[in-house]
Amino acid sequence: MAVAPETGERTLTLTVDGQEVKAAPGDTILTVCRRMGIDIPTLCYDERMEPYGGCRMCLVEVEGARGPVPACAAVIGDGMSVTTMSDKIFKLRKFVIELLLSNHPLDCPVCEAAGDCRLQDYAWEYDVNMTPWGWHPKDFETRDDHPNVARNPNRCINCGRCVRICRDVMGIGCWGFTNRGYETIIDTPYNLPLEQVGCVSCGQCVSACPVGALTHKRSRHDARIWQTDKTDTVCPYCGVGCEFTVQTFRDRLVRVTTEPGQGVNNGNLCVKGRFGMEFVNSPDRLTTPMVRNEDGNLVPTTWDVALDRIEQNFKRIKEEAGGKAFAGLASAKCTNEENYLFQKFMRGVIGTNNVDHCARL
Amino acid sequence: MAVAQKVKKPTVLRPLKTTPEVEIGICMGTGGIAAGGDGVWEAFEKGLAATDAYAVIKPREDKCEGSCSTLTGTGCRGMCAMDVLVDVTTRTKGQERTVTYGTVTPKMVAKIIEEHIVGGEPVHKWIVLSSEEETSHNDFYAYQDRLVLRHCGRIDPEDIDAYLEEGGYQGLYRVLTEMTPTQVHEEVLASGLRGRGGAGFPTGLKWRFAAEAKSPDGKKYFICNGDEGDPGAFMDRSVLEGDPHAVFEGMAIGGYAIGADEGYIYVRAEYPLAIKRLKIALKQAEERGLIGKDIMGSDFNFKIKVKEGAGAFVCGEETALMQSIEGKRGMPRLRPPFPAQSGLWARPTNINNVETLACVPWIMTQGAEAFAERGYEKSKGTKVFAVTGKINRSGLAEVPMGLTLREVIFKIGGGVKNDKEFKAVQMGGPSGGCLPESLLDTRVDYEELNQTGAIVGSGGMVVLDRDNCIVDTARFFLKFTQAESCGKCVPCRIGTTRMLEILDRITEGEGKPEDIDLLLDLAENIKSGSLCALGGTAPNPVLTSIKYFREEFEEHIHEQKCRAGACAALTTYSIDPVNCTGCRACARACPVDAITGEKKEVHVIDSDICIRCGACYDKCRFDAVRRA
Repeated sequence: MAVAPETGERTLTLTVDGQEVKAAPGDTILTVCRRMGIDIPTLCYDERMEPYGGCRMCLVEVEGARGPVPACAAVIGDGMSVTTMSDKIFKLRKFVIELLLSNHPLDCPVCEAAGDCRLQDYAWEYDVNMTPWGWHPKDFETRDDHPNVARNPNRCINCGRCVRICRDVMGIGCWGFTNRGYETIIDTPYNLPLEQVGCVSCGQCVSACPVGALTHKRSRHDARIWQTDKTDTVCPYCGVGCEFTVQTFRDRLVRVTTEPGQGVNNGNLCVKGRFGMEFVNSPDRLTTPMVRNEDGNLVPTTWDVALDRIEQNFKRIKEEAGGKAFAGLASAKCTNEENYLFQKFMRGVIGTNNVDHCARL
Repeated sequence: MAVAQKVKKPTVLRPLKTTPEVEIGICMGTGGIAAGGDGVWEAFEKGLAATDAYAVIKPREDKCEGSCSTLTGTGCRGMCAMDVLVDVTTRTKGQERTVTYGTVTPKMVAKIIEEHIVGGEPVHKWIVLSSEEETSHNDFYAYQDRLVLRHCGRIDPEDIDAYLEEGGYQGLYRVLTEMTPTQVHEEVLASGLRGRGGAGFPTGLKWRFAAEAKSPDGKKYFICNGDEGDPGAFMDRSVLEGDPHAVFEGMAIGGYAIGADEGYIYVRAEYPLAIKRLKIALKQAEERGLIGKDIMGSDFNFKIKVKEGAGAFVCGEETALMQSIEGKRGMPRLRPPFPAQSGLWARPTNINNVETLACVPWIMTQGAEAFAERGYEKSKGTKVFAVTGKINRSGLAEVPMGLTLREVIFKIGGGVKNDKEFKAVQMGGPSGGCLPESLLDTRVDYEELNQTGAIVGSGGMVVLDRDNCIVDTARFFLKFTQAESCGKCVPCRIGTTRMLEILDRITEGEGKPEDIDLLLDLAENIKSGSLCALGGTAPNPVLTSIKYFREEFEEHIHEQKCRAGACAALTTYSIDPVNCTGCRACARACPVDAITGEKKEVHVIDSDICIRCGACYDKCRFDAVRRA
């Protein structure tokens, strides 16, 4: 182990696929490999949560270990030698995909997740066409009555990401494993409706699902993922400033998605950020400024005209009745800086302390 | 280390007030009760009361006036095939004599009382063991070395004084007065004791790791794993039912060695009698200050909680077991961190199996050397095996490590039932393997058994004869692990199911030529890809069956033939008209009325109705029913 004289930081040296690399104690093989640009497939791994080690896709070989080790959880050691791909590893990963496909619905043409499905991607990458043991699709029935979250347990690969994100990140625990062995499914307690088990509709489980078991219900059939334009932006709701990606198709907003690691929110979102953007598509939404004409009707205009009108009226009212005749109400959708400027304007320019804020949306 | 002066040596508080002339010990383990132990007990109680000759007394409470007898419910003594077993010890004219009666029913009790207890002459035809004479069952104990089972079947497990009379809690006393924690795990290491739950990891080393581990708040836990779940294994149950204090004493010694002040004993809920006796024993030990705060007056605290499982085999896996204690779903988690670093509630934790812990008090009183003298090469001491299946004396046998399978099966077990041909022994339960006749001289030794593809495991030995189909047996064990998979990792959850489907179709006569290769391929990948040992060992029965009995798989697949006649779809029954006497025995035995024929005329089986149960085959005395 090396110690940097200036910072006291310790570094370990290991070899990955013959390449020597330095990393910090506590790093996992997976994080080191991803930093190096080495692709290791994962299904159950989600950096928002503790490693789980259930999918067995990230198995790699470590010299001296008794068998293949899961890269997601294996902490690096000094002098460790890792091989991320070998005949054995390829065979094992292909085996896992074959097993998963042996009871997967293969309804990709109608699956919301098609094009954004890890299982589909890996099946393609590892060239899994048909399994040696035939096809035995699952036939679980479950309720699918949530307004935002679409459920299809037959597509579930039991990676447990939804269970863990709801329990460990959200602190709720709507999801859990039910039954044993091959019959294991992920369900709500007693198969109750999600809304009766404390679900806050955040859709974190949807963001965690690597396949099409949990999908956006509202955008079903709106557009395939590859048809949409993706725009990274900041949530317009509260001041936290969560980042997400807006998917649009033919100038309509389709859905909001996030990736672990994205923004200050690290891919987490609340119900408003994830499911509360439908107003964008509303025909009632104002897209230009409007002013009243002589008859008292609102008509579209330009910002120059509208702001001139505001200026005239503000001046008139202030002269007639003084600044205290005004009250200002700011929005939580604005940034702190904008809200600061707004109250400064109300106090300094208009001359009133009647400033308030909607506080939350 | 505890201060020696203030530590009080545990003593018997309620000594026997009298030595009764007649002592009757009735097996009241689960096996004994299932065979009718309760009824036998009642018959003795009533029968003795009616004779007036020997008053039934409680020797710790009553003084004897005249002639007295005692009735004691004991734990399992191993010879379960002969349950209900009853020991009768008589002390007359200065002579002590013990005989054991086997397969006792309430109806036999009156004769035993009249002829033996009152009359003084044992009922010889029912004796299975005797201190005076040779019986055909002498071999059962002759090859055994009962160290773990030292008290089972001898003492009343619900009476702490009975345990103390046998030197109970003296091991813990020695540890608290003479030894540092380091000396304790050094001594266990020197004894060569290895984990009896299956993995065979050196116990002393495990304790050292847990002792050296740092806990964020100083808290450590010591767990006893009593989630015995292998089909055909019941050695831990017998110890828990028959000698619960030995397990507590072992736990307390281990707790002292690693620096834990709290222990859990995790017992599967399917063992209600064990749980009941553990709770009784725990209460007694706490009342005597042997478990709990300031044990024996020292400054060592060790409290124990009995935790019932909820019916999951996988909770025998240590990380799943800890999840279960924490109130979570029993699913194994990744290791590292190992329990010794971060276990229960993220504190350093040590987990040992029941049998392992029952050895510990013995080691502490008799010394590590005495333990290490027994055994073979790297496997020291003794191991309890649950010998079941097609064997004459099924039951529990504790043997020094290094005995051969042949000795266990043919000497202790008395050979195959009905003198049929031995076919295989399934060693080590669903994680183990099926071994053929040619490997019977393999020793019961961790390393030697591992080389065969089987394992010592928890010690289950299921004996198969020629009527058992190897494919069907492999299917049985795989079906068990498949159903008991926790569902967490893909290879175990889905892989074992795909294997089971292949085995199902082979036994149904629909096997495909490529099936053996598919099974081998699946097995190899499941073994190397699974998260925990359940998946990692689940294919073992199939792998060993193919390794040693490949031709039987091939017969099923290519010839649609099951030589054992156990696979119903591949078996047909017919009646040989030459041998048939028309006795109607087969027709009466048939559960679906598939056999027709008048009395004294040749019978015929309608194969459309026949369900291939084999009842007619077993019933026919004239060799007229043919199986093909």
